[in-house]
Amino acid sequence: MSAFNAIGEEREIDRDEFTPGVEPQPTWCPGCGDFSVLKSLKQALPEVGRTPEEVLTVTGIGCSGKLNSYLDTYGFHTIHGRALPVARAAKLANPDLEVIAAGGDGDGYGIGGNHFIHSARENHDITYIVFNNEIFGLTKGQTSPTSPKGHKSKTQPSGSAKTPLRPLSMSLNAGASYIARTAAVNPNQAKEIIAEAIEHDGFAHVDFLTQCPTWNKDARQYVPYVDVQDSDDYEFDHTNRQEAAEMMRETENVLNEGTVLTGRYYVDEDRPSYTEEKQAVGELPDEPLAERYFDDDAEWERSYDLLDRHK
Amino acid sequence: MSDDELIWRIAGGSGDGIDSTSQNFAKALMRSGLDVFTHRHYPSRIRGGHTYVEIRAADHEVQSRGDGYNFLLALGDSFARNPEENAYYGNEELKPLSENLDELREGGIIVYDEGLISDEDVEEVNLEERAEENDWHVFPMDLRGLAKEHGREVMRNTAGVGVTAALLDMDLEHIEDLMSDAMGGDILESNLDILHEAYEIVEDEYEFEHDLRAPEGTHDTEQALLSGSNAIAYGAIDAGCRFIAGYPMTPWTDVFTILSQNFPDMGGISEQVEDEIAAAALAVGASHAGVKAMSGSSGGGFALMSEPLGLAEMTETPIVLIEAMRAGPSTGMPTKPEQGDLEHVLYTSQGDSQRVVFAPGNIEEAYEQTRLAFEIAWDYQIPTLLIYDQKLGGENKNVDVEFFDREPSPDLGSTLTEAELKEAAHDNSGKFKRFNYEDAEDGVAPRSLPGQKGGRYLATGNEHSPVGHISEDPDNRVNQMDRRLEKLESIREELDEERESTQTYFGPEEAEYGIVTWGSSQGAVAEAIERLNEQGHSVKGISVSDMMPFPEAEMTEFLESVDEALVVEMNATAQFRGLVQKELGRFGEKLTSLLKYNGNPFEPAEIVEGYEVNLADEDREPTAQVRIEPAAGD
Repeated sequence: MSAFNAIGEEREIDRDEFTPGVEPQPTWCPGCGDFSVLKSLKQALPEVGRTPEEVLTVTGIGCSGKLNSYLDTYGFHTIHGRALPVARAAKLANPDLEVIAAGGDGDGYGIGGNHFIHSARENHDITYIVFNNEIFGLTKGQTSPTSPKGHKSKTQPSGSAKTPLRPLSMSLNAGASYIARTAAVNPNQAKEIIAEAIEHDGFAHVDFLTQCPTWNKDARQYVPYVDVQDSDDYEFDHTNRQEAAEMMRETENVLNEGTVLTGRYYVDEDRPSYTEEKQAVGELPDEPLAERYFDDDAEWERSYDLLDRHK
Repeated sequence: MSDDELIWRIAGGSGDGIDSTSQNFAKALMRSGLDVFTHRHYPSRIRGGHTYVEIRAADHEVQSRGDGYNFLLALGDSFARNPEENAYYGNEELKPLSENLDELREGGIIVYDEGLISDEDVEEVNLEERAEENDWHVFPMDLRGLAKEHGREVMRNTAGVGVTAALLDMDLEHIEDLMSDAMGGDILESNLDILHEAYEIVEDEYEFEHDLRAPEGTHDTEQALLSGSNAIAYGAIDAGCRFIAGYPMTPWTDVFTILSQNFPDMGGISEQVEDEIAAAALAVGASHAGVKAMSGSSGGGFALMSEPLGLAEMTETPIVLIEAMRAGPSTGMPTKPEQGDLEHVLYTSQGDSQRVVFAPGNIEEAYEQTRLAFEIAWDYQIPTLLIYDQKLGGENKNVDVEFFDREPSPDLGSTLTEAELKEAAHDNSGKFKRFNYEDAEDGVAPRSLPGQKGGRYLATGNEHSPVGHISEDPDNRVNQMDRRLEKLESIREELDEERESTQTYFGPEEAEYGIVTWGSSQGAVAEAIERLNEQGHSVKGISVSDMMPFPEAEMTEFLESVDEALVVEMNATAQFRGLVQKELGRFGEKLTSLLKYNGNPFEPAEIVEGYEVNLADEDREPTAQVRIEPAAGD
């Protein structure tokens, strides 16, 4: 018998269940792209049959970090840049949980960049949504790792001398097995991509373009957008690493020139998730470790039985 | 200093197998019925460099390194750098001999490998002259040649052990058994040949004039030889910990390695991750999801854990972190012990500290306090830290096997089941009041786990309401802070009233003078106190383990009962003395510090001398590399 009966429960799920009674209304600015992430999650989760209490939403710091204040699941609002290591461990401790991590571009590509690379490399079976608004919003408009070259802000008064980071290419090179970009202004695609990312067995990275109407007024609202899968102008196979890499590079190149390309960029259904890899080498139990602590019949090993080597 | 003990020092270069040879020899001595204690000295280098292990063996309990030593086996350093005249690093080939002479006791024995250390070099250190002055008995022997003849050059350690056994008149039985356990086939045959050949050469060709012999003893119970790192790892296993995340760093790596090797067979999980921020954050994540989890590091890595540690405090996520100190600041001396991270561990991370810190003083305490740390962490949902050092982690000592015959305790403390959650308080929207301050007993608000029905809440590093939502309401803030801090008061009460004290006392209760210490200096202090009392002084000691919450009552009672006290610790700024004064707000005029921070742990004689110098009121400095920091007003 499971100690976690919210997991795998089969029942009708109403999307309103994901709206918390405590804070039904987000405090994001009017017109903020973050609303769209919240909405697409509220739509996608019931669609893929997940109930609020089998989901753990782990966030970082920033406007994006408030996501789990407004999404009624189990939530862990962590510290700046560290959502991924917390999320990874929760998944290892109880692989039956649906673990979704989220944060901003500063959070995931800047201060938490190392965790991003290694989480993708290890292919943990979690969904990682990056609210990419190309700016530090909550701290009032500083240049971020994805801000365009020449971006002027209080901390870069003469314009940034740095080329923006390439989130999709970085993700591909690091080893993520599902990589997509969507935009707040494209809610249908966003919902579909989020649902696919949740269903994907492996590290699913969604770079979510979320316009910041307050601190990034100069930036486009990410319209018009193009879905690379629907457009005749772009032909590539998103299961082919080489072609995906080229398409990503092109997408990153043109974003700051005003062309917003979105869609699925890379999907590798064959790469085993970290859970599977670790179980294959015998270093992760087949049953969720978290269950064992509630099993009255569990036999706990003792150090006393290890002492022969010391005698 | 007693004459009935053997202190055998095996010296060579890193990578020469000094560690495994000494481990086996220590076991052989233990099996012969002796109590043993080992001390390891090594450089931060993979191959070569001055390394030694000291084994102290006696027919009575030994809990510290001794004063100096009485048997040197100098093997030569096979990875020595090519010596040039006036080379910065000196003649490394000679170091196993030259570096170790100053601490060799009068009447001691020297065996050195003629095959690696040349006659010319030996002349360089005036060995003949010094041997005469100190009544040393010198046995040059071509250990390398002997090893080569019967097997391979690397087996010269075995030859050295054979010579040792012969000179000490030891039976070879236990040594042979241990070799048979560790190897087989041709390798075993060659090693046994070398062992016997070396033994016989000594018996046949050398004249004995020395008095030193291996002591004889018996054990009433079965013994196991293990280190502080083993004890911490085993304490964690028995506490039901099955998740560890880490990043390699000396000396914490020992515990990480032991658990990583054992966990797969126990259904546990070990994760080596990208950095220590991740390591501590993983422990938080695993614990949040319902697993007893730990992480740890040494000073530099622990610095990176500051923020996840604060997150665990604020979200009341139980975790155990261990900090294996080494000499700092910064990279410091990576393989040398120091107790310089006390303040770092007590106060790092923003805001008011809300953590528990234990500092075990010996191998048994390391085991027991690790278990205690898990128990407290999960009962009170508070990060609990264990601070120890390279010395305690690396030293080996024999312990009664029966000591470990205990029931495991995987209990998750104040974690609710789904059935219990049904009865718990929820808000109108069905969110569980995870951080409820209204009925919190001892400040503890029971927790739920993700995936449980009826337990959803938000954990956040922001100040939060009872259901976990971000709140900056002043009343809520004060209620939550007070509730979290009340846990520390409750823990203090539990430690004082419901449990056996974690402080250890030495010497006669009515003594006039006190010696205070903490952590791994305990053994040397205990021995110094014994000697001082034998010499007619009136001294008692306390070794403190509870760093936070501080054992105010016990410490006050101890300090009130003595005229003056010497505070012994391995750092340069008297951090523990500072803590005592901060916590008690008095006794500054009673506390003199004896500080050592040269990278080597205290020897008992240094503490005896420190006591004498301080009490004698003479205008003289201690002869050893220690510093006396006078009491306030002195």
